[in-house]
Amino acid sequence: MSEETIGRALQSDAPLTAAVHQRDVAHEIAEERGWHEAALVGRTVTVNRPRAELYAFWRDFRNLARFMESVESITPSDDRRWRWVVKAPAGKTVAWDSVITDEVDNELLAWESVEGADIKNFGRVEFRDGPPGRGTEVTATIVYEPPGGDLGKLIAKLFQKEPKIQARRELRRFKQLMETGEISTAKTTNAAPQG
Amino acid sequence: MRALTWHGKHDVRMDTVPDPQIVNPRDAIIKITSTAICGSDLHLYDSMIPSMEKGDILGHEFMGEVVETGPGSTLRKGQRVVVPFVIACGKCFHCEKQQFSGCENSNPSDTQDLGEIAYGAPMTGLFGYSHMTGGYAGGQAEYVRVPYSDVGPIVIPDGLEDDKVLFLSDILPTGWMAAENCQIEPGDTVAVWGCGPVGLFAIQSALIQGAHKVIAIDHHPHRLELARSLGARVLNYHDVKVREALMAMTGGIGPDACIDAVGMESHGFSIDNVVDAVKVATRIGTDRAHVLREVLMACRTGGRVSVPGVYGGMGDKIPIGALMEKGLQIRTGQTHVQKYLRPLLDLIGEGVIDTTFLISHRLPLESAPDGYKMFKENQNEVTKVVLKPDWQKEAA
Ligand SMILES: NC(=O)c1ccc[n+]([C@@H]2O[C@H](COP(=O)([O-])OP(=O)(O)OC[C@H]3O[C@@H](n4cnc5c(N)ncnc54)[C@H](O)[C@@H]3O)[C@@H](O)[C@H]2O)c1
Ligand SMILES: [Zn+2]
Ligand SMILES: [Zn+2]
Repeated sequence: MSEETIGRALQSDAPLTAAVHQRDVAHEIAEERGWHEAALVGRTVTVNRPRAELYAFWRDFRNLARFMESVESITPSDDRRWRWVVKAPAGKTVAWDSVITDEVDNELLAWESVEGADIKNFGRVEFRDGPPGRGTEVTATIVYEPPGGDLGKLIAKLFQKEPKIQARRELRRFKQLMETGEISTAKTTNAAPQG
Repeated sequence: MRALTWHGKHDVRMDTVPDPQIVNPRDAIIKITSTAICGSDLHLYDSMIPSMEKGDILGHEFMGEVVETGPGSTLRKGQRVVVPFVIACGKCFHCEKQQFSGCENSNPSDTQDLGEIAYGAPMTGLFGYSHMTGGYAGGQAEYVRVPYSDVGPIVIPDGLEDDKVLFLSDILPTGWMAAENCQIEPGDTVAVWGCGPVGLFAIQSALIQGAHKVIAIDHHPHRLELARSLGARVLNYHDVKVREALMAMTGGIGPDACIDAVGMESHGFSIDNVVDAVKVATRIGTDRAHVLREVLMACRTGGRVSVPGVYGGMGDKIPIGALMEKGLQIRTGQTHVQKYLRPLLDLIGEGVIDTTFLISHRLPLESAPDGYKMFKENQNEVTKVVLKPDWQKEAA
């Protein structure tokens, strides 16, 4: 997302995802990119771990599959290019490549799907120190072009849960994994869940 | 294994269900030796708590023997432990501040949304208490999976039998924290509304913490008798006007501290109105805040109000003017059980605290459905039902 959009959207010192007129922000992003529409999801979470540790975990994109439920795998093509494979119903998958577009050590990571991706998207995660002794504030933002046609239907099915809800659930799992070394579950057995 | 499962209103059954396994590294599996039915369980029984599912295993007051441990557990097989009803990770900001009932991680990600919408923050994980608090299987069973077993359970030394320590899991620390939240000073009079398990332990705790006088309020004669035997003066609210009686008994000043150990409707945790509020923002239900109102009106100027009783929704006609103009302080919350386990275990070991007076009935686990029925139908005499999985039904 361009600085221009952020500037126009926000006169508050808050992340883009907190904008009251989020639809307008998404609309401007879509116009800028020439997309038919844009959806914006994201959220800030505090993680009680050092900034460098969280950054290093995220910078190895393979790790994201550990807490993102719908992601089957993210594998490197080279250090800046990653292949995302996302689960779809009936054992199918959707895949695209993304490249890192911006990175500042221990502070910022931004990536974007490459030309020709079925789902155009870009993401950005920022890491800031919380108040002294209070861990790291992590702000993640993902913007995508909701696909139309058959793929759109497939994606709608895939994201039965609203993407916004999905995003905040993923970030909670990220926090759990980093803070406790586990992802919380009420399961009582290791058997695969039914249905 | 055998477990007490929920199937709907006034329908709990003993079912055979799969044994729990180690799922996460920090887990332990506990073989239950004693487990109690709590006043709060009756609200599940009455089907007043949303987000329950058929087959959910109930129970959040339990103890037993460690039979299996994950690689991240610090427990050893064979140890006897009491398990807190609050599930806490020990690593998040709140856990590090010992505000364990605010643990940010124990409620699995997918069940955090409802609390976040209703209260502005997700609820913490609890055993056997609906899917809003995580959907964890409870301990009215032969075995239970205990997450974060390196943080929660406390090891019980040999020689302290179950009946003496079981209530460390919930109601004893809850009564203790309720009294602590009164910041008791020498000469203080503490008034306690409700002589259920929480109120009774709050009375006991307030006296240990140095209260000059404790006044207990209820209407069940047997419960008032128990309060009296602990050293409280008692008021039956069917016979006297509570506020006038309290003023008369405190030289016209009012109690220095007041404890609401009743909650939004005699007892329990009815959040049906919250769910309504979530579903239809315009149709907001209200909790029955009768006791809280009485507490705010009775408490002396500059006094302290402690609310262990559970409220779940919106409060209507709360005398907020009394709160402000009298400069009252309020403290409340689900109990930070983990914080109190060690000091309370020590007080039990030293004989300062006795909890066994509370137990009115002991039954085999197989008779748990009868236990619920008894507890529901006779609050006066049934103060606490303890279930024992290794007792045979015939033997009872
Ligand atoms: N904060 C926590 O972590 C925590 C933990 C356990 C229980 N609780 C809550 O504490 C409360 C008490 O629990 P309990 O197990 O003792 O419940 P309980 O139902 O056994 O006891 C409540 C008592 O309050 C009495 N009562 C009802 N209306 C009254 C009134 N107007 N004035 C005086 N007394 C009145 C009832 O007769 C009953 O004896 C419940 O709300 C419960 O959910 C909170
Ligand atoms: Zn309880
Ligand atoms: Zn925690």
